[in-house]
Amino acid sequence: MRITSAEHLTQLQKEYQKEAAKFPRKILVCLGPGCLAAGSDRIYDAFLNHIAQRNIKGITVEAVKKTGCHGLCTQGPLVTIEPDGLFYTRIQAKGVPEIIEKTLEKNEVITKLLYSTPGKSQKIEKWADIPFYSHQMRIGLRNVGQIDPENIKDYVAVGGYQALAKALTMTPEQVISEVKTSGLRGRGGAGFPTGKKWETCRKVDSDIRYVICNGDEGDPGAFMDRCIMEGDPHSVLEGMIICAHAVGSISGYIYVREEYPLAILNLQKAIEAAREFGLLGKNILGSGLNFDIKISRGGGAFVCGESSALMRSVAGEVGEPRAKYIRSVIKGLHDKPTVLNNVESFATVPVIINEGGKKFASIGTPRSTGTKAFSLAGKINNTGLIEVPMGISLREIIFDIGGGIPDGRKFKAVQTGGPSGGCLPESKLDLPVDFDSLTEAGSMMGSGGMIIMDDRTCMVDVAKYFLGFLVEESCGKCVPCREGLYQLHALCVRITEGKGEPGDLELMEKLSKYIQLGSLCGLGQSGPNPFMSTLEHFREEYEAHINHKKCPAGVCRALIKYEIIDACTGCLACIPVCPVGAITGEKKKKHFINQAICDQCGSCYAVCQFDAIEVK
Amino acid sequence: MVTITINGKAVQANEGEMLLAAIRRQGIDTPALCHHDAIEPCGSCRLCMVEITKKEWEGWTRSVTSCLYPVEPGLIVSTHTPQLLELRKTILELYLARSSQSEVIQKMAEDYGITHSSFPVIPDGDDCIMCYACTRICEELGCFAISAVDRGHDKKVSGPLRQPPPDCIGCLSCAHICPTGFIKWQDLDSTRTIWERQFELLSCRTCGKRTITRDFAEYLMKKRNLPAAYFELCDDCKRTETAKTMGKIVVAAQEVLK
Repeated sequence: MRITSAEHLTQLQKEYQKEAAKFPRKILVCLGPGCLAAGSDRIYDAFLNHIAQRNIKGITVEAVKKTGCHGLCTQGPLVTIEPDGLFYTRIQAKGVPEIIEKTLEKNEVITKLLYSTPGKSQKIEKWADIPFYSHQMRIGLRNVGQIDPENIKDYVAVGGYQALAKALTMTPEQVISEVKTSGLRGRGGAGFPTGKKWETCRKVDSDIRYVICNGDEGDPGAFMDRCIMEGDPHSVLEGMIICAHAVGSISGYIYVREEYPLAILNLQKAIEAAREFGLLGKNILGSGLNFDIKISRGGGAFVCGESSALMRSVAGEVGEPRAKYIRSVIKGLHDKPTVLNNVESFATVPVIINEGGKKFASIGTPRSTGTKAFSLAGKINNTGLIEVPMGISLREIIFDIGGGIPDGRKFKAVQTGGPSGGCLPESKLDLPVDFDSLTEAGSMMGSGGMIIMDDRTCMVDVAKYFLGFLVEESCGKCVPCREGLYQLHALCVRITEGKGEPGDLELMEKLSKYIQLGSLCGLGQSGPNPFMSTLEHFREEYEAHINHKKCPAGVCRALIKYEIIDACTGCLACIPVCPVGAITGEKKKKHFINQAICDQCGSCYAVCQFDAIEVK
Repeated sequence: MVTITINGKAVQANEGEMLLAAIRRQGIDTPALCHHDAIEPCGSCRLCMVEITKKEWEGWTRSVTSCLYPVEPGLIVSTHTPQLLELRKTILELYLARSSQSEVIQKMAEDYGITHSSFPVIPDGDDCIMCYACTRICEELGCFAISAVDRGHDKKVSGPLRQPPPDCIGCLSCAHICPTGFIKWQDLDSTRTIWERQFELLSCRTCGKRTITRDFAEYLMKKRNLPAAYFELCDDCKRTETAKTMGKIVVAAQEVLK
């Protein structure tokens, strides 16, 4: 069926809303990456099977929906029962009959499945009341976790493609002006003003212009774009079509990394559905706009998230960056003017068109407007996907939304901006999260990955990890990045092995400076950041490694030894977990670690319940 | 022609040409390892970086690779600031750690007062500096036989999938353009070996001297629409033949005129 006009779209929206209203109670099963890994597809099937078998008043299989990521991944698999907002966590497929029997048939709440606050002090029934959710504001993620991403009707019912219909009544200049008013800055990390980018592209004299969506999310621990592509693919398409109208493009690409098969699948389904509905292809919504989108699959190279490398990859060439003295918005894919925006940026555009740029600009800070999605990972209670207004403090994100550090440990640092970002210490926790403040503090916004570290994290080891990642992912085209990061990593490894020498830090600082200055693309230029930012805030830790051959956090194996102290109760727990058989001891007697055999793996330390193992 | 300033001196340059050419025309020695006039610039060695600014930039400067930056009117270019010198030294030290045996690198480093690298020498390093000159010339000639495979520090030039390049025609362009002489080849009797592949060498019908590979000749026949006979003689004998033919024509013409 083809939608021929804006009126037709509105008529369909009403129709689909009516259809949905037939099932007032809906069971939303989260099939986001975390829940899916924990087996939520089996839970979805279980709901379908059990509901099909039983005859429950007002509930049929149509009421069971699979959605994208709901956000609170650490508590998954998650099931939400709407419209009540009842929120069940850590569900197993075998627990489904109980939910049907008690909650759906008898309206009873199953307390054991409710979310409990860290420390288990309080149970919370509705997801909107959980601090993790109540502090958030969702724009880019508005539909993720709420609708079935595979069904275009769901998207249309919640007002999908209305922004497109509205944009098509506006001139391209008006659309660009609205986006400029919104102050939207690219969500991929660099924060370039989106409206300005579109305007430049439109003004370049060319027969062809391209619109590309960057879905090559490569930062370790980042999964925002993945969740949008998997959970609300139509919002990305809608943003791209609006952009095509604004800049005058007939051809678009979504570049998705091969590691995101579900994102590719859902986007492909969305594109096909949009074509069928006449939202992609010729004469979109009867407006005369022609535009179509293809998916281009990346091979999973981190550098292909860089704009010029990405465009080369789309064109079928080796994914290597080129020097951008002519910007890709003027000369990009196939040397034609190209708008490249991130998934989240495109997903945000429909809201800006619908609600107006001014309203969006009123959220956040004057220079970083709107909201930003982040993924929380690492040593934090509420691992998951969040979206918050810009300008919120790191403390609010980590402690109010993230629920703080698990096991009562102390916060040490947060890594923002992916491997090219930086680590910020506790003293920076009250920093507002916006593009400029993070850059000023020596980190960056990046695409929105946040990795939280506790006091058992060694910052030299962290720098080593991220540098190692960048050495692996450097494309190898230019020397400072290929050889320089390699040497920087090698020096870092040397320090963690206790072979660091006085003067190493100065050499590394100098090398970092010239890698930043001399590298060809952003990956190289920001490559030394993991080292520079940890050195800035944790210099004493580096010095302890080099001068005193000690790892204060007790992580670097060559510099530590584990010893059992008098607090040992003789519980025998550490003996079987030791992979090298270095621990001896009898029940109720203090155990002993043979240092000659011990390889400092830390298994005993992790398993000891009595803090009887010390790192020295 | 437009006017730009290089190291304080106003000079004329062609708009759109690359800065490196304009700088070198002034006799200013700016090092570059990946640059070659026959191929498109790629900016991988980073040695030719210069600092640019413009009056209207109000003191803001930018470091760019001069081989890739097109001349614009009013550009103010500095080629040897202390920062740029330090950058080049650091890069040369990095090169020296990887290609410690390369004479070209050693010489260039010496010119900058460097005799040894501050960084540990990479044990499995070789003389390939990944300047892409070989792959670019191969692309330019239309063969695309070799390319950079893998990435990061493991990157190397090779045929697809690290196998001998099936599309190679044994023309030796890559070996001749290589700035460090890393690409090795051998001609033995009627066989040429390069990139772990062997090619049959053609011989001159008259003098018997080896000419080019059969694959290369076939490639040229197709690409330039040349007859097979064109490759039967070596260049010297071709010249002799031409001279003989011309001589005959002259004699015949004189006969006619008599």
